[in-house]
Formats: sequence, structure tokens, C-alpha cells
Amino acid sequence: MNQEHQILTPELIEKQSIRREEMRADLLRPLDKLGMLGKLWIAFLLIIFLIGCYAYYLQLKHGLIETGLRDYASWGLYISTFVFLVAVSLVGALISSILRFTHFTWNRPIMRISEIVAVAGVIWAGLIIIIDMGRPDRVLNLFIHPRLQSPILWDVVVVSTYLVTSVLLLYLPLLPGIAFLRDRLVKIPKWQKWMYKFLSLGWNGTQEQWTILKRGIRLLAIIIIPLALSIHTVTSWLFAMTLRPGWDSTNFGPYFVAGAFLAGTAGVILAMYVFRKAYHLEKYITEVHFDNMGKLLVLLAFIYAYFNVNEYFVPYYKMKGAEAAVLNDLFSGNFAGLYWSAQIFGMFLPAVFLMFKKMRTPGFVTLIAVPVLIFAWVKRFLIVTPTLLHPYLPIQNVPESWKNYFPSWVEISIVSASFAGVLLIITIFSRFFPIISIWETLENEGIELEDLDKLKKENV
Amino acid sequence: MEKEDDKSDRRKFLKLGALAGGVVLLGTAIGKAVSSGETKETGEKVKVLTTDGKVVEVNSSAISHPASNQPVHLPVREGISGKKFVRVIDLARCGNARKCIEGCQKSHNVIAPVEYIKVKKMQETEDSSPFWLPQMCFHCDNPPCTKVCPVDATFKRSDGIVAIDSDRCIGCRFCMAACPYSARVFNWGTTVQSKYTTDHQDTIPENYCPTPQIPVGTVSKCDFCPDRVSKGILPACVMSCPNGTIFHGDQNEDTVTNGEDTFRLSELLKNRGGYRLMEDLGTEPRVYYLPPVNRNFPFEEDSEKHNTEDYKII
Repeated sequence: MNQEHQILTPELIEKQSIRREEMRADLLRPLDKLGMLGKLWIAFLLIIFLIGCYAYYLQLKHGLIETGLRDYASWGLYISTFVFLVAVSLVGALISSILRFTHFTWNRPIMRISEIVAVAGVIWAGLIIIIDMGRPDRVLNLFIHPRLQSPILWDVVVVSTYLVTSVLLLYLPLLPGIAFLRDRLVKIPKWQKWMYKFLSLGWNGTQEQWTILKRGIRLLAIIIIPLALSIHTVTSWLFAMTLRPGWDSTNFGPYFVAGAFLAGTAGVILAMYVFRKAYHLEKYITEVHFDNMGKLLVLLAFIYAYFNVNEYFVPYYKMKGAEAAVLNDLFSGNFAGLYWSAQIFGMFLPAVFLMFKKMRTPGFVTLIAVPVLIFAWVKRFLIVTPTLLHPYLPIQNVPESWKNYFPSWVEISIVSASFAGVLLIITIFSRFFPIISIWETLENEGIELEDLDKLKKENV
Repeated sequence: MEKEDDKSDRRKFLKLGALAGGVVLLGTAIGKAVSSGETKETGEKVKVLTTDGKVVEVNSSAISHPASNQPVHLPVREGISGKKFVRVIDLARCGNARKCIEGCQKSHNVIAPVEYIKVKKMQETEDSSPFWLPQMCFHCDNPPCTKVCPVDATFKRSDGIVAIDSDRCIGCRFCMAACPYSARVFNWGTTVQSKYTTDHQDTIPENYCPTPQIPVGTVSKCDFCPDRVSKGILPACVMSCPNGTIFHGDQNEDTVTNGEDTFRLSELLKNRGGYRLMEDLGTEPRVYYLPPVNRNFPFEEDSEKHNTEDYKII
């Protein structure tokens, strides 16, 4: 991109070809065979997933009575997890699109990781919203009797569009890789060969194909930015469009988007660390990447902190009646423990620690990313449920359990299964496709696969 | 149990007679009683008023409200033409008898913990006296709930009622989150409650309301009993209140009644300082309150706990 155009001498071509082969070999190795640890990991995820399936069966049989939800706290863990997964999926747009238009190129090797995290996240966000429905059998009513004035319809439209765009943004840069797998892997089952052949769409690296590919990716990368902002802004509107104290906020859109970038970045850091260790990709996902992601985390945590100040402390200063009840419950009431943990361990301390260069080692950055991710999820819960437990009119003459909310084992199992589902999608994807984009990474090193392909053709 | 039902039916009938005049209806009923020998004698006698103003005793089985014999299926999506339903709740009359809740539950075939109407203890400030607030769906003219529905399963009708199409609701509960008055309830699943509803859906035609059976996994709430009203029967909560706290009526007719007293709506609101809850939210409720002044009862703290049992899965 911003590299000077090199004159391709035979020596240089030789050197670049070697480098490409080396990288191809490194990325093929993890696809070869599943180690013991990998098998255990997939088995573990499958067990959690199956427990969740059984829990969902119970929920379908008996209804949402199986959850801890009741008339006042009518949204809980499912909706919180939905918001969380949508939030995490935003990172796809941040890493593989917004950074694409800056002069930074360090993000190249982690673009595919962030894109698969986004795709897996948004798939499960869509599924969990159906799980939350009282009548999943009537989900088609959304298309038979759609009411475009409802923020839920806006969410359906933008989330599905974002899913399609993200899948394309994952798939298009993968084409040369699939074609390579199709040509290179011989000792694989028939269906797998057929899959690669089908998915490669007849890619053979002609000049024309490269031009279309690059143009297509660039177009998608532009489209996905407003889409990503939309999905989370619209998700925040599910709350902000109501009159409820705690949700009735004009700050909600940017507040959600800022939190989403933070959560997603933490998610990608975690995925980077695991892939780096499990697939021995230290050469490609380097300390520089963790250092940069650490810096990014600091920046995003500060932006998020800014919106938090606006979201919580401005109304806290005024202490308007109904708002005060929610805020007091968060600051010093039932939810104070969770609230302050989320603010301190999920935002404040990570920002402070990662400001120091010494702290930005792969291990430590990952260690910091874990609480950021967990408390991002807790924070979504703190946005959803406390408001519902503090309506304008007092909650009286209801069973004791209605005044509080604690998720039932069915809810916990289903939500765990949805997280297992996200990880399964990422894991299975990485078993069949290279988790780092070879050509985009090489391009970053000044090696244009396009040119190499062209030369190869000319030589033949 | 049956006997009690008979009695309450009779009481309701008498109330109605007084309310509507019921002159023609009664004439028919008596005519029927006199002329037809086919009616089974129950032995119970009921006093009724004839067209010429005489009180006569007839056999209870001879009396029927022609319209109340069969449930009618009013289309839930269409308002009753020419009507604009409205309610006034006189807080000075409420003594927390909780009979409105019972009447409503019986009429809609639901049991605890489902309450479409709730009675809450309210106190504006520490120095002011507490009072009881009966509260149901306010059928707002600018309803926050129908705005957010993704499938048009809840909507505003021409007669002012905010209704729910239980066959379309997908159970997303966005309307519950959007309602600032927490007026909506959800049918959480196949529980003892929903079994009760199913078992009783065909019983007591007079109590029939448009939502005889809330399907599992959908939202439900106070529906202003349009079926009863269309047949000339007052809503269940209005008729069940022993103190005449709830006045139901039609804004087009400018009248509200609790079955005993009938008022001109505009004058009642003007003279008695009628107000609506949380006016600043801009929801424009169709339920007005009269402030709890010159009360019928002194405020008495509730000694009992109500509605303590959660749902039970069958």
C-alpha cells in the first residue's frame, strides 16, 4: 500500500516466494491434525453446548417460567448477553475496517481473528434474542407483520445486514487462502476437498480476480463502518427509546458504542493469545501486536470512561426522583458490588496498568483483557436489569422473588451454551481455514501476491 | 361455590337494572316468565321492577340478560364504533378491599399471582397521609407500549382501548419494558395459573371477556372489558368494588358510572380536581384520578400480605 514499488528482480522473486512458502507452511500446520488438547477443548465446548440445549428444551416445554424472570424484571441474562455479544462483534469493524483506512498496517495479521470473533458474536446475538422470546414459534411474524416503527425491527434489519457484511468481509480476503488449500491439501476427506473447491469460487489468482477482490474488500470495509455504529446504537435504543429512569438517556448510543469497542478489543486480545500459543504463531502475532492492542485498550477505556461520567455522574448530581432510585441502587445499594467492580476492574485499572510499557507484554495484556471482557458482560446486566427493578410506581403485593432477579440454572446453562457456541464457531473455523490472512500479511511486508501470481503465470 | 355465584349474579343483575333502567329487557324477561311454562323452576324468587313501577317477585330462572347468554367474539383489532372509553378512579372511596382484583381475575379466568389491576399504597411525601391507589392499564392516547411493538400485536383502537392480539404476540416483552406504569403482565408458561385459565375458558358466560385464555408466552393486561361493555355490562372491577371507587364510561357521552352513581365526566373532573398520573411523561392516559380528599375511610395499614405465592409449574 504505502510501500514503494519494488522492481522485481529474479532474486527478489525468489526471496519473496520462499517467504510465502514459509508462511504457508506455518499456517498449514495447525490444520493438519487435531491435538489432544484441541480434542479436549472441543469436547468441553460440546458438553456445555449440549447442556444448554437440554435447558432450552425445558424452556420450550414449560415456557419462560423456567427462567428467573418475572413481570418486573422481565429482561435479564438473555438480553444482557445479547447486548454483550453485539458489543463484542463491533470489533470486527474496528480492527479490520477502521484501521484499514489509517496508515497503520500492523493490524493485518489479526484482521481475520477479529472478523471471525465478530461473525460468531453476531450469529449468537441473533440466536439469543430468539431464545429470549416467549413465542419463538412466531418469529416469522417479524417478517409477516413487520412494524417498521419498532426499534426491534431496526435491530433485525441492521443486525442481519451486519452479519452478511461481516461474513463477506471474512470470506472475500479468504478466497486466495481457500484456493491454496484446494490446490495443496491432498490427503483430506472428499467432502473437505469439495468444500474448498466450492468455496474458492474458481479462484486462480488472475490479475482481474485480484482487482475485483481488492475493490470488493475496500467497498465492504467502507460499508461496515456505519453498519457497525448502527447495530450498537440501535441496540442502545431498545432501552433509550423508553421512558424508564436509567434508560431515558440521550447519551446511550455513543456510550454503548464506546463500551462495545472496549469489550471487543479485549475479546480479540484473548483470541490472539490463544491462537498464538495453540497454533505457534509467535512469528506473526508478535509482541508488537500485543503492545499496540494494549495501547488501543487504554485509549478505548478512556473514551468509555468519558461516556460513563456523562451517563452516571451527570444524573447523580441532579438526583431527580426516579433516576435517583436506580443510581442509589447501583452506587450504594444491591448492585454496588457489581457496579464498582465493573468500573474499577473492567475500565479504570486496565487503563492505568496498560499505560506502562513494561506491562504491555503478551501475557499481561491478556491477563488484563480477561476482567475487561467479564465485566463488560456484567456491565450490560447492570444496564438492563436494575432499571426494570425500579419502575415509577412501587412494586407491591407480589411474590418476594419478583422484587429481585437471580437467573435460574436454565438461563445460566443457555447463556453458557451460547458462549460455548461462539467459541465453537471460532474453533471450528480455525480448524479448516488459516487464521491469519497470508496475502494481506505479506502485502504488509511489501510482497504483492498479485505480482507473484502474475509472474508465475508468465513463467508457465 | 355455585350458590355464591348465583347470588353475585343476582346482585349484578339488580345493579344493572338500576343502572340502565333495563325497562324493556325486564319487560321481556317477565313476559317470558309469565307466558312460558318451560322454564325450570329453581324455587328462588327475585324482586324486579316492572315497566309501570311495581316491584314484583319472579322466579330467578326466568330472568336473563339476553345479551349475556352467549359470549361474543368481538374482533380484537376493531374498536367499538362511536365509543371513547374513559375511567375515573375516586381515591377518596378506595378502602383497599381488593375486590376489584378478585372480580377482574374471575372475569378473565386468571388466578394469583396474575393481577391486571393492582392496589398500591402510595404516599406523596412523609408529611402527607398515605392512600390506596387502584391501578390498571391506562389505555394511554400516546401509548409508549404500542410504539415499540415489532409485530403490531398491541395497538390503539378507535374506541380508545389499547388492545393485544394474543395470536400475534411474539413474547419479546418490549412493551412491558416500555410501559412506565408496569401495567402489563406476561404469561410465563404452563403453570397452575394457565391450566386454570384453560379449564375455565368456557365457564360463566356473563364473565366472558375478550381474552378468555392468554396463550403461554404472550403479554396480557387490563383490556377495559369491551365485550362486557358492548353487552351493557360494566367492567368486572367496576362491578366488584363495594365502595364504587371505579367509574367507567364513554367520553363521547361525557358520562362515567360506577353502577350506582352516574356523573358527567367533564364536570366531575372539573369540580373534583381530576388528574392523571405522571402527566409529564406525555403518555396521555385515559384513566383519571380524583384526589383522596374527604375520604370515605380513614387510611388503614394492610395487615395481610397479598399475592405471596409465585407461579407453580404443573
